[in-house]
Amino acid sequence: MKALLLSVLWQVVQMALVLALAPLLTGWVRWVKSRLQARCGASPLQPYRDILRLLRKDVVLAHNASWLFRASPYMIFTAIWVAAGLVPAFTSHLALAPSADLIALVALLGSARFFLALAGMDVGTSFGGIGSSREMMIAAFAEPAMMMMVFSVAILVGTTSLAEIADFMVSGTVGLRVSLALALMALVMVAIAENARIPIDNPSTHLELTMVHEAMVLEYSGRHLALVEGAAMLKLLLYMALIACIFAPWGMAHPGDGLGPALWGLVTFAGKMALGGAALAVFETSIAKMRVFRVGDFLGGALLLATLGAIFLFVSRGV
Amino acid sequence: MYVGEDPLFGLMNRIGKPVDGHRPFPRYRTTPGGWRTLVESLGGNTLSVVGLWGEPAAVHVALREELSGDVVVVSLDCPNGHFPSLSAVRPSVIRLERTACDLFGLVADGAVDPRPWLDHGAWGVTHPLAVPPGPAPAEPQRYPFLKTEGEGLHQIPVGPVHAGIIEPGHFRFTANGETVARLEQRLGYVHKGIEGLMAGRTVGDAARLAARISGDATVAHSLAFARAVEAALGVAVPPRAVWLRGVMAELERLANHLGDIGAICNDAAFAFMLAEMGRLREAVLLTNDAVFGHRLLMDRVVPGGVSVDLPDDGGKRILELVAELRRRFPPLVAIYESKASLQDRTVGTGIVSIRLVSRFGTGGYVGRASGRGQDARRTPGYAPYDDLDFEIPVLTAGDVNARVWVRIREVEQSLSLLEQMIRRMPGVPRDSHGRTPLPRVDLPAGAGEGMALVESFRGEIMTWVRLADDGTVARCHPRDPSWFQWPLLEAAIEGNIVADFPLCNKSFNGSYSGHDL
Repeated sequence: MKALLLSVLWQVVQMALVLALAPLLTGWVRWVKSRLQARCGASPLQPYRDILRLLRKDVVLAHNASWLFRASPYMIFTAIWVAAGLVPAFTSHLALAPSADLIALVALLGSARFFLALAGMDVGTSFGGIGSSREMMIAAFAEPAMMMMVFSVAILVGTTSLAEIADFMVSGTVGLRVSLALALMALVMVAIAENARIPIDNPSTHLELTMVHEAMVLEYSGRHLALVEGAAMLKLLLYMALIACIFAPWGMAHPGDGLGPALWGLVTFAGKMALGGAALAVFETSIAKMRVFRVGDFLGGALLLATLGAIFLFVSRGV
Repeated sequence: MYVGEDPLFGLMNRIGKPVDGHRPFPRYRTTPGGWRTLVESLGGNTLSVVGLWGEPAAVHVALREELSGDVVVVSLDCPNGHFPSLSAVRPSVIRLERTACDLFGLVADGAVDPRPWLDHGAWGVTHPLAVPPGPAPAEPQRYPFLKTEGEGLHQIPVGPVHAGIIEPGHFRFTANGETVARLEQRLGYVHKGIEGLMAGRTVGDAARLAARISGDATVAHSLAFARAVEAALGVAVPPRAVWLRGVMAELERLANHLGDIGAICNDAAFAFMLAEMGRLREAVLLTNDAVFGHRLLMDRVVPGGVSVDLPDDGGKRILELVAELRRRFPPLVAIYESKASLQDRTVGTGIVSIRLVSRFGTGGYVGRASGRGQDARRTPGYAPYDDLDFEIPVLTAGDVNARVWVRIREVEQSLSLLEQMIRRMPGVPRDSHGRTPLPRVDLPAGAGEGMALVESFRGEIMTWVRLADDGTVARCHPRDPSWFQWPLLEAAIEGNIVADFPLCNKSFNGSYSGHDL
């Protein structure tokens, strides 16, 4: 009974944590990027101020916006928040751990994307349509790669439950494996594409013709925009937490641990996010955006790597 | 030995009579018949159109003979407001003829495109520069865009208000998925009525307007206006002023090219280059401010000379700037060259053929990246450049990458030019009070017609001016190089994908303000 109550508590802390940290992570990536470009850069806290500002503003709606357009931000935000709450961040002792399945995660993210793409097309502007069509093209490549990555990890661990994967990985029985390295590369590539980062998309562009994610949300304003932006920030945190959870779960607390390991889990999680954010900023600074139609090559590569990882697991016990 | 007729002056002597008082290039007045002969000879490739502009009852066209570089102006009186169109043989004049019609009501008979251009029906008057102006349009006219039909085509209207802080212009894409089938531009949103404002003003006031035609090319436009006025009045400016103007023009070219190289890379989401080039550009602007007292050098070139002289340490500061850029620029070029992801975006994107640039008489980096080496500093050439050692980089690929490389090479040439000019700058003798007077002469009041060709960072500016007897400006027509570059952007993007348009557009960097006047 005590364990159950504790797991509920940790789950609540986790939900609050991802919500509180997500803007900071985005602000951190932006700050590191601007330092790398020899700019002063806005404070890493700026995204909080942006979201507060948006929440205080009125919503401006197109005349022909349907209920779908108004409802989508809530659905998108909820789906991604729940998904982010499922990924064990500082402890694997979460109330939702039994349902924290990689497949469920992919489904949640997929439904969020579905609503975002619909909302992009709802008002009928050409940019929204372009954005939605490009987003679906990227999704068509990214989702198979993501699933393949899930499969290779699942073959290795024997489950798709994230908490169990984390516990298994940290136990050390898995050792160093080529297939895991391939899966990691695939997941990183998918994460870059899914989070609309360079070289797939440019989150800070003002060029409406090159936008993907931004094009879909061009018509949003006020609290709707705050929710959509918040969802994008949560998604970035989610993918980083996912990578950390599967491939670097060290420091994470486990069922049965007390307060101390949980606190240590929080510290290591913050450290991992800071490192991941800095690595993302360095990568984004050192590369130009690719042509829209190269996205297939990029994510096709991710799919191949993930598939290779899965095949290795079948044909060889060593790798 | 057979000596054929001179292709330009032979034709001129057949079709027209020279007009006195037009300097430095001759002007010929022709008849409708002579004009039609001209239309026929424009069908060939020996001549290119440098400009076409109207007056209340006349139309002028400036021509250049491509091989010799000789320039003439041909004028046709059109008392009934009609003249035979050149647009069927020269697509570059389509928009110029439409503008002449909008401003003066001059109708080009047989024009391939009779739609208005700068006039969007919002002026409250039609033909504002005609005598007398026309009445306001009764009801707003719908602007018909060109039709593109086919399976699966859809339109994407972009602008005139854009998401970034750039000038306004409307772009109508017809695309098949991501592939652009046609791009049509609609410009004129920043029409300020510069030509109308200049008429009747003193030369000094008009020079301030000329400096504001396009803010990024303020030195070049001021210089073109000043040289046209000086030519009209037959005034020679002090040698030191000529050299100072050269220094300012090259500083302007340097700042703009550095900014452009960074901005092109930024449109491929390589923001590092924008930041680094921004720092170099800032170094140039700070030097401008320290040496000439204005970051963009606005109003520093005035008819009769310059409005500021170099301070005592000015030459040293500019040489220090040159040394700094020589040190910091090449490593950035190396990064541009070695980034595969960046090269992948710029190489082969937005190709303009040499056929088009020669047909349109396009100059500047757009022309030079596609194999047309026209540069007003060399042909017809003007002081101080005829005395300096420099190269005009010409590439043939015609893509975004080539336009970047032309800029990179021109930055190097400008650095060398600055060095040469500072080292060889003629001094001014001190007067009886021991002061050095400003290198500037007073302009006599008088009538005359003058024309100047000046190379801005974008390309060749043509400014034509007619002064009235009291010394005020009777008519001035500044033709920005963008007139002959914007139409080629429409061609460059065809067959490319929609998402590559910003990159192509930035590599052209056409001026909205200079074009819309």
